[in-house]
Amino acid sequence: MSRPEETLPPDLFYSDAESRKYTTSSRILSIQSSMTHRALELLNLNTPSLILDVGCGSGLSGEILSSIPPSEGGPHIWIGMDISASMLDIALQRDVEGDLLLADIGQGVPLRPGSIDAAISISAIQWLCSADSSDVSPVGRLGRFFGGLYAALRRGGRAVCQFYPKNDEQRSMICNAAIKAGFGAGVLEDEPGTKNAKLYLVLTVSGGDVPKGDITG
Amino acid sequence: MKILTTSFLTCAVKACKSSPLSFPLHYKDAELEQSDIAYNPRFLINILPRIDWDAVRVTATELGFTVPEEKPELPALDASSSTDTIEPADEKTLRELHTLLLETEVREGKLVCGNCGHEYKIKEGIANFLLPSHLGEFELFPFCFLH
Ligand SMILES: [Zn+2]
Repeated sequence: MSRPEETLPPDLFYSDAESRKYTTSSRILSIQSSMTHRALELLNLNTPSLILDVGCGSGLSGEILSSIPPSEGGPHIWIGMDISASMLDIALQRDVEGDLLLADIGQGVPLRPGSIDAAISISAIQWLCSADSSDVSPVGRLGRFFGGLYAALRRGGRAVCQFYPKNDEQRSMICNAAIKAGFGAGVLEDEPGTKNAKLYLVLTVSGGDVPKGDITG
Repeated sequence: MKILTTSFLTCAVKACKSSPLSFPLHYKDAELEQSDIAYNPRFLINILPRIDWDAVRVTATELGFTVPEEKPELPALDASSSTDTIEPADEKTLRELHTLLLETEVREGKLVCGNCGHEYKIKEGIANFLLPSHLGEFELFPFCFLH
């Protein structure tokens, strides 16, 4: 099976049928949920926060953010961005609490500087490297995205992006773009070397604490 | 689209980022709806210092609400304590802020940039921030336009 981001841009790939498939597969739901919880653990938020969900899709992660109990620092309020109108339509039908923006993260983040406490992104940012209808290069789109995200985060804020790079070259292209935007960056790999391996890009805006443990990858 | 979110949104056109006219975006033809969101005083206390109150006043006025001239002052809460004791006066302010910022939503309408005039449509609460590529990329290749 070819990787979806190699075949079509995400707004075309996630047609209504594909979006529904994504949101109803129990295997995908459970993986998405465990990655969201892992990302939240790495964000280490201790108070209800404003979180940007980058590539929020049908709001699976957002629902988790909305339901974190006060004893665990929640519930959080979130804003979701996604380029797929079909995915957002499902989020709407599922009546999620977050505000939804139909937007291309490769065009930047339309938020005021220092707006958000944190950002989370599950299986989305590798799309920035894929072929696109616009004539801007992946490096240009990555620069737009990370530059916008860096500005939108409050000082001391943190972002965690779980991603699936196609190869090492793409992985370093993504990391370098984040560092160039000003972030402190580390890659954490869960279950390395297995088919369940997951990569998390942990990004900090200066003023924040560095997450515990080795994140230098 | 919550008023809270509106108070953080800015025009996506890069050339507008530096213009004071691009914030806040202005509502046109807005249809409102009250939603039901769990009261979350700790969230409000966390977020209020970052909210541009003048922008909230502009938005509220456009939507037909009246809000105080000055940003309300809220108590700090002890992050380590799970039980909050909030004074009745603060409680009232927090409830009002909750209703205004989190529960008042724009379901249909437009957000318009005061600098470039771009209209961001809102349909069923979803705001469309996709830019035609010539607007999104203009600042990346400014010199192309000189040739
Ligand atoms: Zn504008």
